[in-house]
Amino acid sequence: MAAVTADQKTQSTSGTAKATGTVAGTAGDPADAARLAAFDAAVAADDRIEPRDWMPEAYRATLVRQMAQHAHSEIIGMQPEANWITRAPSLRRKAILMAKVQDEAGHGLYLYSAAETLGTSREELLDKLHAGRQRYSSIFNYPTLTWADVGAIGWLVDGAAITNQVPLCRCSYGPYARAMVRICKEESFHQRQGYELLLALSRGTEAQHAMAQDAVDRWWWPSLMMFGPPDDASSHSEQSMAWKIKRHSNDELRQRFVDICVPQAEALGLTLPDPDIRWNEERGQHDFGAIDWTEFQEVLKGNGPCNEQRITQRRKAHEEGAWVRDAAAAYAAKHTTPPVQQTQHAQQAPHVEETA
Amino acid sequence: MSAALALGDDALVLSHRLGEWAGHAPVLEEDVALANIALDLLGQARVLLSLVGDEDELAYLREERAFRNLQLVEQPNGDFAHTIARQLYFSVYQHLLYERLAVGGGEFADLAAKAVKEVAYHRDHAEQWVLRLGDGTAESHQRMQAGLEALWRFTGEMFQPVEGLDDTGSGLDRQELERTWLAAVTGTVERATLTLPTGPRAGAWAAGAGRQGLHTEPFGRMLAEMQHLHRSHPGASW
Repeated sequence: MAAVTADQKTQSTSGTAKATGTVAGTAGDPADAARLAAFDAAVAADDRIEPRDWMPEAYRATLVRQMAQHAHSEIIGMQPEANWITRAPSLRRKAILMAKVQDEAGHGLYLYSAAETLGTSREELLDKLHAGRQRYSSIFNYPTLTWADVGAIGWLVDGAAITNQVPLCRCSYGPYARAMVRICKEESFHQRQGYELLLALSRGTEAQHAMAQDAVDRWWWPSLMMFGPPDDASSHSEQSMAWKIKRHSNDELRQRFVDICVPQAEALGLTLPDPDIRWNEERGQHDFGAIDWTEFQEVLKGNGPCNEQRITQRRKAHEEGAWVRDAAAAYAAKHTTPPVQQTQHAQQAPHVEETA
Repeated sequence: MSAALALGDDALVLSHRLGEWAGHAPVLEEDVALANIALDLLGQARVLLSLVGDEDELAYLREERAFRNLQLVEQPNGDFAHTIARQLYFSVYQHLLYERLAVGGGEFADLAAKAVKEVAYHRDHAEQWVLRLGDGTAESHQRMQAGLEALWRFTGEMFQPVEGLDDTGSGLDRQELERTWLAAVTGTVERATLTLPTGPRAGAWAAGAGRQGLHTEPFGRMLAEMQHLHRSHPGASW
């Protein structure tokens, strides 16, 4: 599940990612100016930037922040769904759900690896997550209260994630774009599975139908918030668009998502909890109601229903696993002869020093 | 059909226990690995239970006393070493059993031939971790040893004959199975600088009890959680 969501892209407080410094920081050095020109030309030509290519520090920092937050969202996102693995009501659904949660762990692995190509280790990023210095998608600070929530997450949260992520397959940074291609394929499975789960409930008993409607009522608005604040309040968007890390504005993607969901809800036999949704002939799009951004800001500040619970469980798993990781490292040290090419590899590692 | 239930319930129950690790594993790679093993086992369980009847009726509507799984697989996860000890004991047994059933030509030959490939990975995963934990740090050594000891008493049951399996020309020789299992497990445990517990095993009171529907206290709670939602909506489909 777990999109990189626009609320991450636009709300981080990481100072290094401030989108201004590209030119100012390099103005004095003609060699840097030339490298910057080459970088800008590559981005403009839709070429991919690769790990060993020169890149502005602000570009690197923006990517690390976004990829880390995306990776963190994958692993925090395992929690609300894993909450239902032991209670899944049929063996078929249990298998689907376990496979999905496993996929999320796998996505976390791809993304932490992709972030490593920028010289930032998984350990470092996890430490920042655990210390509350990096974010994950706010959507996972809502609880999964019934089985239908598993379906609503698949349909709406993964649906919003895909809407956000598909353009990232064309992101200017190669390793991220390639990871996203694979992730998007799996996410679209998850989205269909969620839809199908809700369909079974909606067409099931009265109690099952009510469970599905209740879940959609609770997840609809938070899903819309996944696209981040309205364009006029989005701080990092402009530079990310210029760098082709981001391709569409928050509001564009949100509108696209609403237009996809309205007919799907109808087919599901469920109602979206917004009386203002209606087709606008003139715009060729759906109008929809105003989003409660106060709630969004509160959840972002840590006051959502599950912020504390999610990060506490994550820290606990990490701390309780420390002796296992230590054992694996000790065993490897005892039983592996250090490879001769170690130094050479270190030299090839992309720009490790520069990101410190 | 009690043999399909015995094999199917082993897989179903262990899969459930491993599923409890999701999001709690010590390292992301293990979230993936444990879920993968759980999924393999769930796949086996679904095939085996379907030989007997409706898989969901069997999983969700039987009472505790009607389950035929080994007591070993229902034991709570404990710490990671505890889970790995359970994995070692069970996966070596299941690997050897399926290898034998696959060539035995009996009712389960096809299923065993398919499953033996994935179970070989489960066994390798468990053995590799026993080595790392046993020969890792002082703490991991102590925890791994504690896990091996806590679960040892539940291993005797694996070598009791199963009705409908051992008596139907499957070619199984439980004594040979036990000797081979013991040699394999001993080899891994010793390489890991650990010691296999001594003392009663096959003769422990637990031997044979799970197969007769007598389980341990944690199992009832596990089933309560697993069956609750399904049982709350009688007749519903999901």
